[in-house]
Amino acid sequence: MKLRFVLLALLAIGTFGGTAALLYAWESPIAPIDPRSLGAPDRAVLRRGASLALLGDCATCHTAPDGLPYAGGLAMPTPFGTIYSTNITPDPETGIGRWSEQAFIRALRSGVDREGRHLYPAFPYDHFTRVSDDDAKALYAFFMSLDPAKSSAPPNELAFPLNVRLTLAGWKLLFLRRARFVADPSRDEKWNRGKYLVDGLGHCGACHSPRNLLGAEMKSAGFAGGEAEGWRAYALGRSSLSPVAWDEAALADYLASGSHPLHGTAQGPMANVVDNLSQVDPADVGAMAHYLASLGKGEGRNDAERPASGPGRLPQAAGVQAATPSIPSEPGGAIYATVCASCHDGGRPLPLGGSRLDLSTAVADEKPANLIHLVVRGIPAAAGASAHPIMPGFGDILDNRQISDLVNYLRTRFAGRPQWNGLAKAVAEARGGR
Amino acid sequence: MTTLIVNGESRSIAASPDTPLLYVLRDELGLCAAKFGCGLGQCGACTVIVDGKAVFSCVTPVMVLEGRTVTTLEGIGSRDAPGPMQRAFIAEQAAQCGYCIPGMMMRAQALLNRDPQATDESIRAELQPHLCRCGTHMRILRAIRRAADEMRPKTVEARTGR
Repeated sequence: MKLRFVLLALLAIGTFGGTAALLYAWESPIAPIDPRSLGAPDRAVLRRGASLALLGDCATCHTAPDGLPYAGGLAMPTPFGTIYSTNITPDPETGIGRWSEQAFIRALRSGVDREGRHLYPAFPYDHFTRVSDDDAKALYAFFMSLDPAKSSAPPNELAFPLNVRLTLAGWKLLFLRRARFVADPSRDEKWNRGKYLVDGLGHCGACHSPRNLLGAEMKSAGFAGGEAEGWRAYALGRSSLSPVAWDEAALADYLASGSHPLHGTAQGPMANVVDNLSQVDPADVGAMAHYLASLGKGEGRNDAERPASGPGRLPQAAGVQAATPSIPSEPGGAIYATVCASCHDGGRPLPLGGSRLDLSTAVADEKPANLIHLVVRGIPAAAGASAHPIMPGFGDILDNRQISDLVNYLRTRFAGRPQWNGLAKAVAEARGGR
Repeated sequence: MTTLIVNGESRSIAASPDTPLLYVLRDELGLCAAKFGCGLGQCGACTVIVDGKAVFSCVTPVMVLEGRTVTTLEGIGSRDAPGPMQRAFIAEQAAQCGYCIPGMMMRAQALLNRDPQATDESIRAELQPHLCRCGTHMRILRAIRRAADEMRPKTVEARTGR
């Protein structure tokens, strides 16, 4: 009798709890619209929307390799499985053509699609929630002005229970703080503009912050460095490990041009970001740099070594191949002397000479991923960027053992830090992901 | 002293270990098909195959290649007995000045060895590291397609043991 009572009580609590959770997680659909009902948008609004889409790197994820811009289908590997980006062109069947402005803004800020399904936080709505009404509307106008592309993303590859979208309501309860950006009146307009862009559309922290076991950014360690597609997104601000401390001018230059003589060239996912930022209003990039600089500086261990910057400062080497130094007996040092030194010690200036490795964050960082990627892939020539540094990749010349030896040597000689743990595994991973 | 397998033959290299493979091939072994273009691994004229992969020989010191297998253009045919890649380039008259062509043929050969069914897109993508200022790009693409067609039946024969 007693047992039966307990069981009934548990059932009642379970049903009540389950219903409450379902009610909480439930989002209603928003009625579809007829895309032809939209009036012609204001051209100034469209221009602003296009610029905001660049600041938000929308095309970077919402475009498949060789696919139409914004038509989705890019596979995004996450620790939980593969998620495919969606089509955000205004195609009525496969894109957002039937989405109202209200539905678009809900998706942007709350991660819920028009039909009421929760979206995975690979879409950084935890940042986009800060976007202002005006900017969200301009983005909507811009996307709805694109040519509709018929393209459906493949289904996500996620294991149970993550493939049940209702579970995302729980994730949001824990990690999503729905709040517009509020300006800090004690700071000037440039700083506030920068913070709005960096924390909001720019979603810098999505890569540059570590994530917890549930894939949410660790707010207590904001900008302490994170990962993106197998690359390290370096720590920013006070935790920066850059051998030369970043200042506002260097940040602005790097973000707008993709390269800085003392900090190197943006590669990996950051190459897309700087490509986007090179096309927006320089005042916006300047504001982002201004805000990022206000986050503080790292130690800048090699600041004293900072060379006077400017192209053509170093003496031009007499020939294409400068003399290589004597070959050390340790394997990594021998590889450096024969493979790397003719550019990196050759005295030839950037962009055709090598950058100074004692100033390289890739060598000084806490993880070896980026240094390995650079050795393996090099720095490909970028279209229309003739002044960018270049480097051939050595992944087809050096085997895994040789790359490990070289990386260990670079680490000890140029960063003066202990060798990385798990290097062999990191080398194998970087190769696999090529 | 470094030992390499060059076009099927074991060769002991007298040059110092920091010498780029390109100079060893041209100056020591007399294999002059690979060309010096930029010396920076950016133009592709010096490309040869090392262990099945196309590499820039101008930025590859022989020291790191100890015991590995190198194939140059001389290794896939000769003037008197051109291989399928070379016959295809001749048939399509794909060379104008020809300086970049040996490198292109080597990368194309490495691609087709790896993937006999290579599509036009993958050929274009693969040849991206190669520069040509004469402008015979379309002929070069046709030649590689022709070489692929010619090489494929042979692979089938080899597989079926005929």
